[in-house]
Amino acid sequence: MPGAIYAEGLVKTFGDVRALDGVDLDVPEGTVLGLLGPNGAGKTTTVRCLTTLLRPDSGKAVVAGIDVLRHPNEVRRSIGLSGQFAAVDEYLTGRENLEMVGRLYQMRARAAKDRAQELLEQFNLADAADRPAKTYSGGMRRRLDLAAALVVSPPVMFMDEPTTGLDPRNRQQLWEVIKQLVSGGTTLLLTTQYLEEADHLAHEIAVVDHGRVIARGTSDQLKARTGGERVEVVVHEREDIATASEVLRGFGKGDTTVEEHTRKLTVPVTGGAKLLAEVIRELDGRGIEIDDIGLRRPTLDDVFLSLTGHVAEVKDGEGGASGTGAKDRRRKKETVK
Amino acid sequence: MSAVTETARTVPPGNAVTQSVRDSLVVAKRNLIRMSRIPEMVIFGLIQPIMFVVLFTYVFGGSMKIGATTDATTYKNFLMAGIFAQTVTFATASSGAGIADDMHKGLIDRFRSLPMARGAVLTGRTFADLVQTALTLLVLAVVALLVGWRVGSDYDTNTGRVLAAFGLLLLLGYAFTWIGALIGLSVRTPEAATSGGLIWLFPVTFISNAFVDSGKMTPWLRHIAEWNPFSATVQASRVLFGNPGQSQSDAWPMQHPVWASLIYSALIILIFRTLAVRKYRSATA
Repeated sequence: MPGAIYAEGLVKTFGDVRALDGVDLDVPEGTVLGLLGPNGAGKTTTVRCLTTLLRPDSGKAVVAGIDVLRHPNEVRRSIGLSGQFAAVDEYLTGRENLEMVGRLYQMRARAAKDRAQELLEQFNLADAADRPAKTYSGGMRRRLDLAAALVVSPPVMFMDEPTTGLDPRNRQQLWEVIKQLVSGGTTLLLTTQYLEEADHLAHEIAVVDHGRVIARGTSDQLKARTGGERVEVVVHEREDIATASEVLRGFGKGDTTVEEHTRKLTVPVTGGAKLLAEVIRELDGRGIEIDDIGLRRPTLDDVFLSLTGHVAEVKDGEGGASGTGAKDRRRKKETVK
Repeated sequence: MSAVTETARTVPPGNAVTQSVRDSLVVAKRNLIRMSRIPEMVIFGLIQPIMFVVLFTYVFGGSMKIGATTDATTYKNFLMAGIFAQTVTFATASSGAGIADDMHKGLIDRFRSLPMARGAVLTGRTFADLVQTALTLLVLAVVALLVGWRVGSDYDTNTGRVLAAFGLLLLLGYAFTWIGALIGLSVRTPEAATSGGLIWLFPVTFISNAFVDSGKMTPWLRHIAEWNPFSATVQASRVLFGNPGQSQSDAWPMQHPVWASLIYSALIILIFRTLAVRKYRSATA
């Protein structure tokens, strides 16, 4: 039996661009699939096809047991969508927004009112319920948007980059909300550019690139393919590279790679922060001056690099060496947005 | 959630028309709440036509020949039907801008993912615009009376005929909001919808009988003016208001302006509603 979300060979072209080039998905009921990929990989187009917003050129899609192409309106009764932008009317209050959505899901006026109140409390918006949404912070708008997608407690949910543009605190909050939701048995497809996020929320991850699913598996499986964490060191003097390389060999679980011109050495490791401290002590003991050192966890770039041989085409390119690469990139993205 | 509670909470499916009306009213309510929270939009919408009334009355009045006279009072009474008609068509721009804004902000995506009637987002918007147009027209009529416009200034008229004229004007405005809806769905930004919604209205409203006697235009322009759908409503209003300067042309819309106005408006609604709803169903932000 196909899962709560099922797609087979979805193709969608826009002019010359093949946005979807045969996407296959199968999400078992009650689980979360993270659709991971860079901008333009086809994540949003996939979501739009599955949520009846876009008609694929070919392929098959079944959501909540209903054929998306044949019975779009029945599908709409069973799904909630939270898009890339907080799609709320900013001149309406939070309560008015939710009541309107309830009514448009064909709820009775009374039921829509009660449900709005419930959701406002659940999403910590009760105090702001009767203020226009334009006075809300980014995080509040996101929560309101998510609440709107949950008005009928749909069995299947789609979230397109739910935390893009949020600060870390709001992101954490939203992750908690999403986890609660999923523990209630909702099937969720969420798209993200961040491995960390998919790692946190998804049971399974599908990596998309150029309109295709190029790999799928649990986050551990994917990380295993990317070689896990590693230590990166930048030494101050070029002459120290050889010594440093020797030190790293002692700690590493694989070959050390050296970039001469940047004086950067990288070695795969296991053992996390504790090991990093040991490496630092050892380098220091040998009198090697270091410009930078860090524990680097696999990022989207690494996943991509190992899967496709090319870096994910996210604008900012490389992540930092300190293990905060993903976060740096996220901040940059926020300022761009 | 069990099926039992679900049915108790939702409205029985009913027929498509009931659902369509209900959904449209929900969307109309939303747009009316919006308007009440952005009063400056309504106010700016009023300033322009009031300015037109005042400027045309005092600047052009006395120089414009209507029939055989250049009397300022005659021009004033001639003018108002034209300004009223022009004003209702300007709702096109706000309608288009509103819909483009909804597209831009992802609201159209949200609506399209809901199990609601297909045309309801647009119909709701046009209903709300109709309310705004009615308000604008009311204020404008008061201003017109203040500067000296009078119904029945030249011909017989009565309350019923005056109300019928306003009805035709509102119908024309409603029809034009569907053109605005199509523009709003076709452009990328609200700004483009505003200017794109206005530019073409100038030739449509000026190559007509609204501000000058179309009988004095050069022949090819006169034909366009006399068959212009917009002119039909202006002529009909002038006749029903009992105001001077009615076209004596043999052109059918000028001879049967009320029918022409009704037919034109119905046709515009039919054509542009169909196109707009089709566009909406495939709309991408």
